Amino acid sequence: MENPYLPYPVRIDEVITETEDKNLKTFKFVFLNESDETKFAYRAGQFAELSVTGKGEIPIGIASSPTEKGFVKFTVNKVGLVSSELHNMQAGDIMGIRGPLGNSYPWDVLEGKNVVIIGGGFAFTTLRSSIIHMLHPDNRAKFGDIHVFYGARTPGMLLYRDELAAWEQRDDINVHITVDSTDDPNWKYNVGLIPPLAEEKAPPGDADTYAIVCGPPIMIKFTQPVLDNLGYDHDHIIMSLENRMKCGIGMCGRCNIGKDFVCKDGPVFTLAEINTRPKEY
Amino acid sequence: MLQYQDKIQAIAARLLKECKVDLVIGFRRGTVPMMNEPYVARTAEQTTNLIWDSHCGINLTNYLTDRKEKIGIVAKGCDSRNIVTHILENKIERDQLYIIGVPCQGMVDKRKIAQAVNGAVDQVIENGNEITIKGPAGDKTVTKADVLQNNCSLCKHRNPTIHDEMVAEPVAEQTDIDAYESVRAIEAMDIDAKRAYFEKLLEPCIRCYACRNACPLCYCPTCFVDEHRPQWVGKSTDPVDNMTFHFLRAYHCAGRCTDCGACERACPVGIKVRIFTKKLEKDCLELFGWEAGLSLDTRPPLDVYRPEDPDDFIK
Amino acid sequence: MKTITIEMSQWAAGIAKLKDAYRVWSPVRENDYHVFKELNKDALPDLDFSNTRLSAKQAIYPQTQKMFEYTLDESRPDHHIMHEAPDTTGPQAVIGIRPCDAAAFLLVQKNFNTPQYKDPYWVKAYEKTTLVGLACNNPCSTCFCTSAGGGPFDEKGLDVLLVADKDQYLAKVLTDKGAKLLDAAGFKDEADAAGAQVTIDALREKADAAINSEIATDQLGAQETLTLYDAPFWEEVAFACINCGTCTYLCPTCWCFDIQDEVRGHNGVRMRNWDSCMFPLFTLHGSGHNPRDTKIHRVRQRFMHKLKYFVDKYDDGIQCTGCGRCVRACPVNIDIRNVCNQMNRFGTCPA
Repeated sequence: MENPYLPYPVRIDEVITETEDKNLKTFKFVFLNESDETKFAYRAGQFAELSVTGKGEIPIGIASSPTEKGFVKFTVNKVGLVSSELHNMQAGDIMGIRGPLGNSYPWDVLEGKNVVIIGGGFAFTTLRSSIIHMLHPDNRAKFGDIHVFYGARTPGMLLYRDELAAWEQRDDINVHITVDSTDDPNWKYNVGLIPPLAEEKAPPGDADTYAIVCGPPIMIKFTQPVLDNLGYDHDHIIMSLENRMKCGIGMCGRCNIGKDFVCKDGPVFTLAEINTRPKEY
Repeated sequence: MLQYQDKIQAIAARLLKECKVDLVIGFRRGTVPMMNEPYVARTAEQTTNLIWDSHCGINLTNYLTDRKEKIGIVAKGCDSRNIVTHILENKIERDQLYIIGVPCQGMVDKRKIAQAVNGAVDQVIENGNEITIKGPAGDKTVTKADVLQNNCSLCKHRNPTIHDEMVAEPVAEQTDIDAYESVRAIEAMDIDAKRAYFEKLLEPCIRCYACRNACPLCYCPTCFVDEHRPQWVGKSTDPVDNMTFHFLRAYHCAGRCTDCGACERACPVGIKVRIFTKKLEKDCLELFGWEAGLSLDTRPPLDVYRPEDPDDFIK
Repeated sequence: MKTITIEMSQWAAGIAKLKDAYRVWSPVRENDYHVFKELNKDALPDLDFSNTRLSAKQAIYPQTQKMFEYTLDESRPDHHIMHEAPDTTGPQAVIGIRPCDAAAFLLVQKNFNTPQYKDPYWVKAYEKTTLVGLACNNPCSTCFCTSAGGGPFDEKGLDVLLVADKDQYLAKVLTDKGAKLLDAAGFKDEADAAGAQVTIDALREKADAAINSEIATDQLGAQETLTLYDAPFWEEVAFACINCGTCTYLCPTCWCFDIQDEVRGHNGVRMRNWDSCMFPLFTLHGSGHNPRDTKIHRVRQRFMHKLKYFVDKYDDGIQCTGCGRCVRACPVNIDIRNVCNQMNRFGTCPA
C-alpha cells in the first residue's frame, strides 16, 4: 500500500532570496531518486507539502512549471516554525516533498480560452507556474489572449523580477506590472493598486474569458467588484484558497469549507463554488 | 432549592425588565440527570428557564471573560470568589456586574450518585438533605453530605464573598474541616513514590483539556500547551507531557484557585486533578495567609512583593 | 452463517486460547468506568458494562501513532530521510465492542479509505482486526442508535455478534473472519440456527423498545448549507460550550488528527495525534488569521460536519451512530440530539 504521507527525499539545489525584505525565498529542489520526479507529475496550480525533517510540513504552491524538467521550485514566505527553519537551510541540505496535492487550475476548461491572471504580493507562485506552462511553445497555441496583472507594495517586493521583465517584452502575453508606491526614478511600469489597473486594462468578461485571481484578502475584496463590472460570471472567476493543512489529502479534517476540503477538492475553486460554501478560509 | 430558584427567576426578570442588565447568566435544566446547562437569559420571559439545584457545578465565571455588556450573574460561593479574581485580573469590571448571590449547600458528585446505584441513573430528586436516586436497579435514598463533590465537602466559603443581592439568608459555614489531608499524604511520600503516584493518577488523561477549559482561571488567548515557538510541551499522551501539562497548569493557578471543582467535574475520565491545585492552595495559605477571591481590596500574593514574604526557598 | 453457543464456563479458556493468535482488546474496568484495553496474558474481558467511557476507536486508531522515523545525524547516509515505522503487530480482536462503535468504523472508513488515497495506518489496522460485538440487552437512556441508522443488535461492521442469553453467549457468525476467530478460540458448539435466532429476535425487540430517545434526520440533506450555517440557533447552542475536546475524543466517529515531529537527540519521529475541531489551533493560519476564530464557528463546524457536510458528501446517513457518549460526558450538557433535531426542522415549520 502506497503511503501518501511519505515525502520524497530531495536535496536543496539553490536558494534565491526574492524580495528586499528577505522574507521570500525560492527553493529549487532536486529529487534524490530520479524515479520520484516521474511520480511527482504535476499540473500548474497544485501544491506540495514541504517536509523539513524534525520540524514538520507546510503546504506550498508549486512555483515551477510542469514544462520545466529536472527540478521543482517553491517560493516560501517566512511566517511560522517550518518556514523559518526552511529559510535557514542551504543548498545541499536534505529534506522532503510530498505531493503533488490538490486539484490545479482547470486546464481542460481553460483550453481555447482567454486567460486573465490577477495576482498580488507573494501569492504569485502558482501563477508563475501557469504562465510558464501557457507560454511553452507546445502550449501557447492552446490559449487565446493572455493578460497578467501583478502588483506588490514596492518594486523590491515583486517576485521573479527578471522573468517579469522578459514577459513584458513579449508580444504573445500582455503583462501589467504595478507597485503601490516607489521612489525609484527609473521605474518604468505602473504605480497604483491592482483593482483600478485591472478595471482600465483587463478585457471584458465573456464566455471565452476566464480570470484567475490570487492575492491577499484585501486585493481580492476590491478586485471582485471590478470583475463584476467587467462582466465576468462567477463561474469564470477562478481562485486558489489557503487554509491550515496537515495531511494534504482530505483526511485530517481541518481545512474544509463546507463539505469540501481545500487540500483535496481545492485549492482551486470558482467564485461561484465559493459563494455556496461557508467563508471559512 | 426551589425557593432559591423562584428568587433567582424573580430577580433576573426584574433586572431585565428594568434594563439594569443586558443579560443574565445562570443555569437551565439539562437533558440528562445531574447535568444543567449554563444559560443566558436575554428577556424577562426567558428567565423562567433559570433553575437552581445541586447540579449547578460548572463555574459561571467562565462566561464573563472579556464580555462588554451589563451582566446579571448567578453566583454561589466559589463563583463569587472567581468573579473577584476576574475583577482583580481585569477580565471584567465590577460595574458591569449585578451579582445574584446564592448561599450554597454544596453540589453533588454525579459519579458518587452513579456509584450509589451501581450504574445508570434515570432521575435524581432532592428533598432537603436527602437525595433519592431512581435507576433501572431501583430507588435509593442517600444523604446529600455523602455524595457531595469533594471540594464542596471541604468548602469554607459557601456564601458569596461579593454580591449585589442575595436570594436567601447566608448558610452556616462549615468549620473544623481538614482541607489538606490528601495533600499531606502526598507530601509525606518520597520522590519516587510521588512520581509513581502522579503517573498512575494521570495515566488515563486524554489531553482533551476539559479541566483547563472548565477552569475560570484558564482564559489565556493561547495556552502554553498550544505554543509552538518554542513548543513547551509535546502533543502526544506521553506520560512526561501529560505531567508537564497538569503541573504547569496548576502552577498557573497558584494563589488564584478557589477550589470550585469545575476541573474535576469536567474531566471525562475521572482524574482527581484538584490534588495539584489543592497543594498550591495550601502553600498560599501557609506562606502568605492567602485565600483567593475573598476581597477586592487586596492584591493576590503572586501579584505583589512584601518585605515580610517568606524567602526560605532561596538557598 | 451459523450460530455458536458459548457457555460461560468455556469463556475464560477460549479467551486465553485466542491470545495465542490475536492481540485481544476488550473493555476493562478502570476507576469507575470501563475502557478498551489490550488484555495482558491473564486478564479477562469485563463485559459487565453498559458502554465504555472512550469508544473502541483507539484499537484501530490510537490517540498517538508513530508514522515515520528518521535520523538527523549527518554521518549517517540516510540522514533527514523519513522511513516508515515498522509495523510488527499481527492480527487483533476487539471483544465486546458495542454495535454503535463497530458501525462507526464503517463511517470512518469513508474518510481513510478513499478511491484516491488510502491511509495505510488506519486501513491496515482495520483489515487485521476482527470485531466481536456484544449486543446491548440494556441500552442507556442516552442511547439513540435506532434513529442513527443502527440498533442495539445491529450487525453492521461486525464479524461476530455475541448475544448474552442467561448463562451463555449466542455467537452469531457474520463473516469468515469471525468464523476463523471463534475457531481459534475453540468455540465450536453449533446452536440450532433457527432456534437461536428466535431467542436473539426476542431479546432484540426488548432492547429496541428500551431505546427511548431519538433524533430526526430526514430533512438534513434537503437543507440548504448556507441557510443552516447562518441559522440563529448556533449562538444559543454554543453559549455554554467551553471548547474542550471531550466530545470529539470520546466520539467513535471523530477522526481528525494533527501531525507533529518530535526529536530527541539525533533521533526523530513524525507522529500523529487525535486533534479536535473544538480547539482554536486546529485552523489557525501561520499569518495569525483564523477562519474559525469564535466558539460559535467551532461548535457549528462539529455539528455541521457530522450532520450536514457528511450527509451531503457521502449520501449515506449521518456521521453519528447514536452511542450517546458526548451527551453523557459533555461538561456543560450540549446535547447532539437537540442540535440535530433543531437542524433537521430548521425552516420547515414556520412559527
